[in-house]
Amino acid sequence: MLRYVVRRLLQAIPMLFVISIILFILMQNMGDPIATLGGRRLTRSGDRERLTRQLGLDKPIYVQFFYWLVGNDWAKIDLDGDGIAESYGRREGVLRGDFGVSLVSKKPVLEVIGERLPNTLLLMGVSEIVIVLGALVVGIYSALKQYSVVDNVITGISFVGYSMPIFFVALVSMYIFSVNFKRWGLPYLPTVGMFDPQVGKTPGQVALHMILPVFSLSFIYFAAYSRYIRGAMLEVMSQDYVRTARSKGLPQWMVVYIHAFKNACLPVVTVVGLDLPFLLAGAVVTERIFAWPGMGRLFLDHVTRSDTAVVMGILMLISVAVIVFQLLTDIVYAWIDPRIRYE
Amino acid sequence: MAIDTVTAPGPTQASLDDLLAPPLTLRQLFWRRFRRHKMALFGSVLLVVLVLYATLGAFVFSESYANFTETGIRLQAPSAAHPFGTDTVGRDILARTIYGGQISLLIGITAALIETFIGVLVGALAGYYGGKLDNLLMRLTETMLSVPQLFLLIVMAKFFGGKVPDLALFGRTFSGSVIVIIGIIGLTSWMYVARIVRAEFLSLKENEFILAARAIGTPRWQIILYHILPNSIAPIVVGATLGVANAITTEAYISFLGLGVQPPTATWGNMLEGAYNYIETAPWLWIFPGILIVLTVLGINFLGDGLRDALDPRSRAA
Repeated sequence: MLRYVVRRLLQAIPMLFVISIILFILMQNMGDPIATLGGRRLTRSGDRERLTRQLGLDKPIYVQFFYWLVGNDWAKIDLDGDGIAESYGRREGVLRGDFGVSLVSKKPVLEVIGERLPNTLLLMGVSEIVIVLGALVVGIYSALKQYSVVDNVITGISFVGYSMPIFFVALVSMYIFSVNFKRWGLPYLPTVGMFDPQVGKTPGQVALHMILPVFSLSFIYFAAYSRYIRGAMLEVMSQDYVRTARSKGLPQWMVVYIHAFKNACLPVVTVVGLDLPFLLAGAVVTERIFAWPGMGRLFLDHVTRSDTAVVMGILMLISVAVIVFQLLTDIVYAWIDPRIRYE
Repeated sequence: MAIDTVTAPGPTQASLDDLLAPPLTLRQLFWRRFRRHKMALFGSVLLVVLVLYATLGAFVFSESYANFTETGIRLQAPSAAHPFGTDTVGRDILARTIYGGQISLLIGITAALIETFIGVLVGALAGYYGGKLDNLLMRLTETMLSVPQLFLLIVMAKFFGGKVPDLALFGRTFSGSVIVIIGIIGLTSWMYVARIVRAEFLSLKENEFILAARAIGTPRWQIILYHILPNSIAPIVVGATLGVANAITTEAYISFLGLGVQPPTATWGNMLEGAYNYIETAPWLWIFPGILIVLTVLGINFLGDGLRDALDPRSRAA
């Protein structure tokens, strides 16, 4: 097991390296970072040249990548922008935990991401809990009552939910629960932001503002998950050991929740584990619509301004998360299912 | 088909006829199972209607009408003159959903074709040759899967955006951004097809008929193309079908974020761009294109589900 984990981690290193090279190259042609820099207009070409040199953007791309990766505190660079490399750089490089400085806000990348990450994790975490719990209840119920009216209705709804782009769910739910509820004089839900600035960032406010984004995110994934759990449950319920459990006279709840459910959970763990980091991507659109100050919006804002350092930071963070979660899923899987052995 | 005419009740009569009837061809078997899948039939009908909507509608409205802006009538609610209302610059939304549908469907189908082609190529090479090539290609697949598709698409859309010139085809001009979107969706979504095809190839190449083909000296590319590929066509077809739905939604996502197909070319996705500013004041801006996307994706998903059931070799019983 330990050997397996170590091998997987070692395999991840070249993968991350390739990802970072590809993304870095893609980032280079995304527009002129100087032109969009912090809203300042640089009219004189001399200023432009100086700034380009100061930021190191005049260097060839492989040098820029190298500095990004291992830092430039060992190389002489041009800090005052006069064309002569005179002093040592200050960046330590990603490998030493320095993701650079945002071009837009001049703050360290990790600090910029750190400000937004908790908001995204809050939204994602709550959504994931709602999705998994809801899907478990509905999935098990419709598996036990296969082909009943409720099962058919749920199957229908989940197909529709599965086919909906998240922004459409978001728009429809905003239209119903905010616009129309307001019109009808009912208590309505807020649509944008994380809290009402007049009230302040209280837990109650944040929870109120989370209802619609969580609903939209859950609706999409919920459909797929409940179908998945239904399928897993149906398969397990037809197994011999469930019949054995029944025939020795166990009550229904024991058969379902102890004998069947535990085994039906196995494939579900895989799906949840592999999907978790991808929820971060689902956040891009959700955060944009609901103006949620999370990482997805940070990504969009900084992509449009060609802020390589921040965008690379976010992308590498997510790639690492995907790889780590894949590994964790494998480990948890082997732990809850003793039949599985990794060599 | 003899089975269709059987009216006599009771399993014995039916099974007797089953034995007497000539064996069904694969196509007949497929059609029998597919027909029984009510949802799949419903999905197919839905798709046919949507395709007719997007194609025949073009005879009612011209493309220049769909792109005709008249700010004097901007944001008008649905009326007799404009059944779906008008958008922020006074274009007729009904006409735009027709032309947008053409582009959305075009993007969906061509992106799925590219995706399937790359997926089959990578999967077939990895599965058939194995060894170092397999290792390399599967690491590549994993690498691609490690960055969520949407992030990759946004970065690539920015990278390629505005670099592809407009293309004139069939007397119409296609915005270069359409081609960019088709390309990048195809390039970022082949991984699942590749994995499925690889798995199919791995198990199929151990069969006796492959050994026989090799023994009589069939060239490798013929074994791959004529002996293994036709046998693994079922999951590829299902994957490609669902890929169309995926590509349409994906296009909608990037266009919704303003990085996709650029106006005046309409797609269902870019008609929704900025619509969230008009949730309250002009809901018709996003309701109609949104519903069309949902219906299309729903239809394709039903169809894909039906194909999966009908093509699955393990459920040979009709």
